[in-house]
Parts: sequence; structure tokens; C-alpha cells
Amino acid sequence: MRIARLAAIAAALTVATAAQAQITQDTVKIGVLADMSSLYADLGGSGSVEAAKMAVADFGGTVGGKKIEIVSADHQNKPDTGAAIARQWFDQDGVDMITDLTTSSVALAVQEVARAKNKVILVSGAASSDLTGKACAPTSVHWTYDTVALANGTGAAVVKAGGDSWFFITADYAFGHALERDTSAVVKANGGKVLGDVKVPLNTADFSSYLLQAQASKAKIVGLANAGGDTINSIKQAAEFGIVAGGQKLAGLLVFLSDIHSLGLQTAQGLQLTESFYWDMNDETRAWSKRFFEKTKREPTMNQAGVYGAVTAYLNAVKAVNSVDGPTVMKKMKATPINDFMTKNGHIREDGTLVRDMYLFEVKKPSESKGPWDYYKLIATIPGEEAYKRPNGNECPLVKG
Amino acid sequence: MSGLSRTATNRIWTVSLLLLAIAAPFFCYPVFLMHALCMALFACAFNLLLGYVGLLSFGHAAFLGGGAYIAAHVMKAWGWPPELGILAGTAAAALLGAVFGWLAIRRQGIYFAMVTLAFAQMVFFLALQLPFTGGENGIQGVPRGRLFGVLDLNNTYIMYYFVLAMFLVGFGIIVRTINSPFGQVIKAIRENEPRAISLGYRADHYKLVAFILSAALAGLAGSMKALVFQFAALSDVQWGTSGEVVLMTLIGGLGTIFGPVVGAFVIVTMETYLAQAGSWVTIIEGVIFVICVLTFRQGIVGVILPYITGRHRQPLGQPAAMPETAPTKIPEAVGGPS
Amino acid sequence: MPDWLHIAIPPAPLLFAQLLVGLINGAFYAMLSLGLAVIFGLLNIINFTHGAQYMLGAFCAWFLLSWLGLGYWPSLIIAPIVVGAAGIVMERLFLRRIAKLDHIYGLLLTFGLALIIEGAFRQAYGSSGQPYVIPPELQGAQNLGFMFLPTYRAWVIGASLVICLATWFVIERTRLGAYLRAATENPVLVQALGINVPRLVTLTYGGGVALAALAGVLAAPIYQVRPQMGSEIIIVVFAVVVIGGMGSIMGAIISGFALGLIEGMTKVFYPEASNTVIFMIMALVLLVKPAGLFGRAA
Repeated sequence: MRIARLAAIAAALTVATAAQAQITQDTVKIGVLADMSSLYADLGGSGSVEAAKMAVADFGGTVGGKKIEIVSADHQNKPDTGAAIARQWFDQDGVDMITDLTTSSVALAVQEVARAKNKVILVSGAASSDLTGKACAPTSVHWTYDTVALANGTGAAVVKAGGDSWFFITADYAFGHALERDTSAVVKANGGKVLGDVKVPLNTADFSSYLLQAQASKAKIVGLANAGGDTINSIKQAAEFGIVAGGQKLAGLLVFLSDIHSLGLQTAQGLQLTESFYWDMNDETRAWSKRFFEKTKREPTMNQAGVYGAVTAYLNAVKAVNSVDGPTVMKKMKATPINDFMTKNGHIREDGTLVRDMYLFEVKKPSESKGPWDYYKLIATIPGEEAYKRPNGNECPLVKG
Repeated sequence: MSGLSRTATNRIWTVSLLLLAIAAPFFCYPVFLMHALCMALFACAFNLLLGYVGLLSFGHAAFLGGGAYIAAHVMKAWGWPPELGILAGTAAAALLGAVFGWLAIRRQGIYFAMVTLAFAQMVFFLALQLPFTGGENGIQGVPRGRLFGVLDLNNTYIMYYFVLAMFLVGFGIIVRTINSPFGQVIKAIRENEPRAISLGYRADHYKLVAFILSAALAGLAGSMKALVFQFAALSDVQWGTSGEVVLMTLIGGLGTIFGPVVGAFVIVTMETYLAQAGSWVTIIEGVIFVICVLTFRQGIVGVILPYITGRHRQPLGQPAAMPETAPTKIPEAVGGPS
Repeated sequence: MPDWLHIAIPPAPLLFAQLLVGLINGAFYAMLSLGLAVIFGLLNIINFTHGAQYMLGAFCAWFLLSWLGLGYWPSLIIAPIVVGAAGIVMERLFLRRIAKLDHIYGLLLTFGLALIIEGAFRQAYGSSGQPYVIPPELQGAQNLGFMFLPTYRAWVIGASLVICLATWFVIERTRLGAYLRAATENPVLVQALGINVPRLVTLTYGGGVALAALAGVLAAPIYQVRPQMGSEIIIVVFAVVVIGGMGSIMGAIISGFALGLIEGMTKVFYPEASNTVIFMIMALVLLVKPAGLFGRAA
């Protein structure tokens, strides 16, 4: 009796686990690995999955006779979770390419996995320029933006407009450090100086103490080297403590459209920021965004738009070389100029950076806005070569020097 | 079949589980299995403290993560071979356990939980700030190397059997401890500390040894995890991990030998295969927590074991009182329905 | 003098300003730890759901505003009542069933409930938070000479002091409070004297939860109304309660404000450690004075 029961349990276990081990050869699988539930869910998350699905649908659903399939997962902003999922996707589930990868630490961890397995990753959501700097990998592309481009956009523009002394409020983790490092370099290269900085633990609710330190520094510009909820809280509280009223200016170094939506124009007005995409730029962006809005009830962030572009470019390359082999596809991608609704004449540099134009925006006053999501006005376009130029050269071993 | 003796039933159980473990990587994703085994060892180490000494540590992540960081660092930066790396990680966790334990065992119940939480938060702070830990990126790209200079751990199957072997060693140590005279004394302390003291046992001394052992095994689990994923991650030292190990132990069965193993497999499976579900994982975990506490305090093993092994038989030579015991001074905690 | 030295050693006015800012954070710690202490005192439950209930208070204010058009002032009354009532339901449905068990089960049960509530709100409202503006009466700021004090923050300190002292008064100086304290000491005897102890327990839990919700409403205009706002603060508040002495009302209030100040100073001299300093203090206090600074030895 008992033995029979035991055997039944063991058999059931075996069947259950064996069912998961299927390997897919007749499909091209794209994994969207995003933050679905935590700090950055609104700027990537399910919207990125939707964007990837749109790209696949627009491509026709098949490539070279193979069905295209999308899988998605939540990395919860934990690099170990992200790396584990990526490893499993590559090893077991037959995933050929991973995209989104919001959060620098997760992207860096997944890049290590992809490097070891020669798989393509197209990073859209993460910021750190280390992805194409000292940690660069031959089969990955940093698609939408990076900390260098943000610094060259906002940093340079602010210094040129007279904001030549800076104080940084920096998120105390690797991404924040990278953003501060790249922006400091740009500020100094443009003749500005950095008066000081304060490193703030991640997920701090109260910034008042740090804002007072920024106030006391007498710097003209308070640079916010943080992201998501931290940026929102610091901007909100800066308004409260009269930072701007006292003559200092805020520079949000990484601000997404979804952050402005959360903040409201009353608080965010006048903020200058750099992005690679805004829905209301031209007919093409409006048309695409309208379709996106119908599915998600939100306007797309640059990260989500970038996922669409990345998936499309990947599928084009797969079609052209008729293979999903990482290095082969990447060779083709690097040889092909990128042109879609958000990127014009972009190209992928040898270090893995997608070089494309960036835009400096200013947040509208409430009186200038026609309604929800009408938030930005374009101040300047920064040509790609200028936006992605590293002031201190690149440590990436793929590009000597 | 009902004529089989208890030891025979146990032997059948042990052998079939072992066979299953050996065959598993051929029909199940090995990295998932290794992850689950590491967490299972972690949960068993935690259960040694909660289930058998009655101490709820809310800071066990410090030992898992501490072990992982030290092992990863010595293997990556100093190029130590994996066997020494694991030894270093385990030793570091034991040392940490000795210091924390020495300070914490003077307190009981909720205060013990809070002191351990406080220490764990300090370890978290160090993991974020020390120059060698890589902040929230953790230590990545840890080389797996060659075990004893011979076995190439980059081979998934070799790695798996190594993890399985280390798990069995750790698990064996725990089973031996619980069934030893030492184990009898710690259970006596759990049931009635003043009486144990009056019988001449130095309760603090026993608690401390159990704490160090638990910390060391958690460190072993952490070191193995670092080796499997080639990664020492900040989330290993976060307090959420301390909460997770409580969940694993609770859902599997507090104070049972196999409970934490089952609980770890359930939770790791959920986290691995429900990763698409986003926040739903959190909600489901919460629901499981609530159900376990309200109606199911014996856990999976506590409920199904009597059914499988026959009503009055005990697994692996456990004393008869096993399923009725709880980590508390109040007997109805596990026994009576509420 | 090099530039960085100005920042490393802040001048006196900046120090004052930092102390004041620390006091504001202390006001939130005090209000939250107060509710926890009240609940622990009577129910012997470590209410891990407290952070989620604080978040519910803030969300409730936001619902009232965006669905019913009710502003800040009505929310200040309605939100604590609504969330407190939800707490009462929770107590009846769940907590009562484990009342006789060890503390640890209360901790685990409320931990599970907190996960469910937070997960559900994250699923429904995303994570980047909802905006809630400061009411017009409290906008603007006062120039104190050494700093620019936002009016709303001044109001938070004042409101929290009043709430804390009122709670302390009710529990330590009124007849109702006397019943409560007596029921804590010996529920059987108090029941025998004709007082409905289970109802007292339920109402106390509701009251403690309402305090958390009130703190949530006060927090809504300065922090984002976010699902995670509770879990980010709850661990720190635990530490505050433990330092003050579990169950001690005055201990919770004083240590709440004091730790706000200490944390504020840490943010000036060693900001990276500002999240950790409270735990260092907690470990020290527990090792020297096991029952906390103001707790009665068990």
C-alpha cells in the first residue's frame, strides 16, 4: 500500500517536472525581463511587454517561417533574481534574446550571463554607462539612453546656461554613482565645478536633510543623481523647502515621463531633462503612441518605446541572417543603421552603444499644458555623436583606447 | 506492507528520496534544483534554531549573505579554489554567529528576534558599504573553478552532485545533532528552560552552540549559492530573506526534519515558475503565510507525514512527541485547532 | 579652507535646521510607534501590518480626494475611521483566532497580511505613487532665520505632539485607560468585574490602527502615496518601539522623537549610515537594558 502510494507520488513529481523541460526549436523566443512590481514598474513593466508584443505583431508574427514568441518575467530589481531568470531562459526555455532590463544592477548581472552564453541582450531601461564601458560585452546593445547621454544632455545644457556650480544628491548605489561620475565629468569639461555631494541610501522617503545640505552648499545647481520614487520625492520636497524659490535650480538627471505624471505639473514645471523619446514629437511618434495608449491607458516612456525599436531591429537582423546565433545576429545589427519611429539614422557602436539623437526637454507650466500627458516642450536636440561622447574616453576592452 | 517495521519504512523513504535526488537533474532544470537545495539547507539550519531550540532569529540572512560574500570574494579576488572558498564562507558565518549568538542568546522571544534583526541590518549595511562588496551590484562573475583541482564545476552535472553532496553533509549534521544527547538537551531547554537549568545544564552554553552551528550551516548554504549562481547578491543579506526562510520553515513544518526542505522547494518553485506573475507572488506568499498560521501550523510535512508513514509511525527515528511540539512555551500553538 | 570642509562641519544654523528636520521625522516615528505600543500592550501582538495600515491611511485620503472630491481636512477624520474599522474586521476575522498562541504567531500572521495588502495595492495602482497636494491653508513656509520651515512640516510636528499626548492621557489618566491597563495585567479578573474584555481588545486594535492611518494622512502630502511606503518605514518603527520598551506609551513617544533627532544628525555626518544607526542603537539598548529604555522588566 504505502510503497504504491510512494511510487505514485514519485511518478507524479517526475511527470510534473519533465513537462517543464521542453525545448523549443520551431520558435524564436524573446524574453522581456522587467521590473513588474517594484520601484520602476511604471516606466517599464507590463508596458514594455506590450511594446514587445506590438513589435512582433507589426513584424507579422513569424520570422523565417518560425513563430515569434514573447515571454516575460519580473526581476524585482534584484540582480540575482534577474540573472537566475536569464540563465534559465537561455539554458532551458530556449529564449534567444532578452530586452527591457530596467535597473543597472540587473542589466549588469544579466549581461554577465549573456556574455558566457553568447546570447543577445538589448538593454532599454537601465542607465549605467558601465554596460558599454568597463563591463561591455560583444553581444549586447545599450539601446535607449545611458548616463553619459543624460550627462551630455542635461549636464552640458545647464552649465552652458550659467549653472556652473553643482551639488549632487546621489542615490548610494552603483547606478547613482555612475550618473554622478558621468555628470561631474561633463560639468568639469564645460568649465563648471562640483561643490560637494551627499550619498543617500536607496528608497529614502525623506530628503529634507539632504536638501538643506544642498541649500547650505550655495551651489547654483542641485543635481539629482537618482531615479524613480527617489527623484519624485526629492523634487517634491525641494519645492516645499523653497530650494527653487531661494535661487537654486534643480537638475533631474534621470527623469521619465511617468515620473512627471506622478509629480504633477504644478511641482515639476520648469524642470529640464534629457530623454530619447517623447510621444508628442511628430506624426510618427503620435501614431505609435496612440496605439500604445489604447492598449495600456498610458503614454509610453522612452524605455517602452525603446523596447519596440529593439525588438524590431533584432527581428530584422534575424530575418536577414536567417539565424538566431548571438554573434551572427549582432554582427548584422551593428552593420545596419537603425531607423524607426523614435530613432533616426542611429547606429550601434562597437562598444554596444546605440548612438542616436537625444532631446533636451523642459516641463511645461500647468497653463501651457492641454491636459494629461501634455508635459514637455523641446528645448534642444543633441546629435548622437555629441550625446554619447565620453569626456574621459572609454574603458571598454572591445574598443582599444 | 503494514507489517514493515519503522526502520524499514524509513529506509525505503530515504533510499527512494536519494534516488530521486540523483536522477532529478536529468528531467528537471539543474540550476533550479541547486538553488532549491541551497535554500533547503538554509531553511534546515534555521529550523534547527526555531524548531528545536525555540529561538526565532529574524536575521538569518546575515549568515547566508555573509557566507556568500566571503566565499565569493576569496574565490574571485584571491583566486582560492572552490573547496577553500566554501570553507572560508562557512567559517566566516560561524564566526559571525559566535559573536551575534553570544550577544543575542541573553534575550528571549520577541527581543531575541529584534536583536538578531538589528545585527542583520548592520551586516546589510556593511555589505552595501564595504569596498569589496560591490554595493547593490554584489560580487558578480565568481569563477566556479575546479574542485580539489580535478572536478570541473563548470559542468552543470558535476556542480549539481557537489551541491547535493554538500546538502547531504549539512542535512546529516543536523539530523545527527537533533538525535544526539546534545539534541535532547536543547529540546529540553525549549520545553522548559528553568527545569533544564535546574538539572544542571548550562542552557546558554547549549543555545550558543546551536546558534553557531545554525549560522555555520546557513553560511555553507550561502557559499554554495554564491558558487552556483557565480554571484553574491545584496538581496541575500536583506531582511526579506530572513522573512522568507521563516515562511519556508513554517509552510514545510516547524520542528520536523523534512519540513524545511519541502517548504524551500515549494517557495523556490513558486518564485521560479511564477516570476511572470509579478506582484501576485507577494500576494500568494502572504495568503500562504496567513493560512499556515491560522489553520496549518504543522506545515505540509506535519500534516501529510502521519498519513504516508502510518498513523503512529515517526520519520527518521524522531521521538514520539515530534509533531506536537512547537517553538513556543504554549503547547496549543501547534496541537489544538483554533 | 577647502570647499568640502564647509560641508563636513556644518555651521550652527544648519545644525539647528537639521535638528528640526529630524524632529519632523521623529513625529512620524512617534505616531507610528505609539499605535504599535498600544496594540502590543493590550493584545500582545507585534503588529507587522502597521506599515500597511499607514499606507492604507494615505491611500484612503487619496481615494477620498479623487473619487469623492473630499479634501485634506475631512480625510484627516474619515480616513482613520475607515481604516480603523477595517482593522477591527481584521482583528475579528484573524487575530482573535490566534490570541492565545505565542507572540511569534501574531508576528507571522500580520507579516502575511501586510504582504497581501501591499501586493494588492501594487497590483492595482503601480509603484510610482499618486500625487497629493498640500492643502492651501498650509502651503508656503516660514523664514526662521536659520532655515526655511515649510508650514506643513510645522503643522506635522504640532499635530503629532497633540495626538501623542492625547493618546497618552487617555491611556494613563482616564477611566477607559484604567480598564485597558487592568485588562493588560489580568484579563480574567477584569472580565469578571463585568467589563467586556474582547470588545475592549477589538476597539484597542481599531484605535491603534486608526493612529497608523492618521499618520498616513499626515504623510500623504509630503511623501508620495505609494504601496511601498509602509514596508519602508515599518522595520525602523519596530526598532523605535523596542528601544522605547514594548508596550510603553511614553517610551514610544520619547524614543520616536529622540531617534528622529539622532537620525537627522547622522544624515549630516555620515549619511550612508542613516538607515542603519537606529539598529545600532537598538542592539546597544537591548544588550544593556533588555526591556527597552522605558519598559517594565518582564
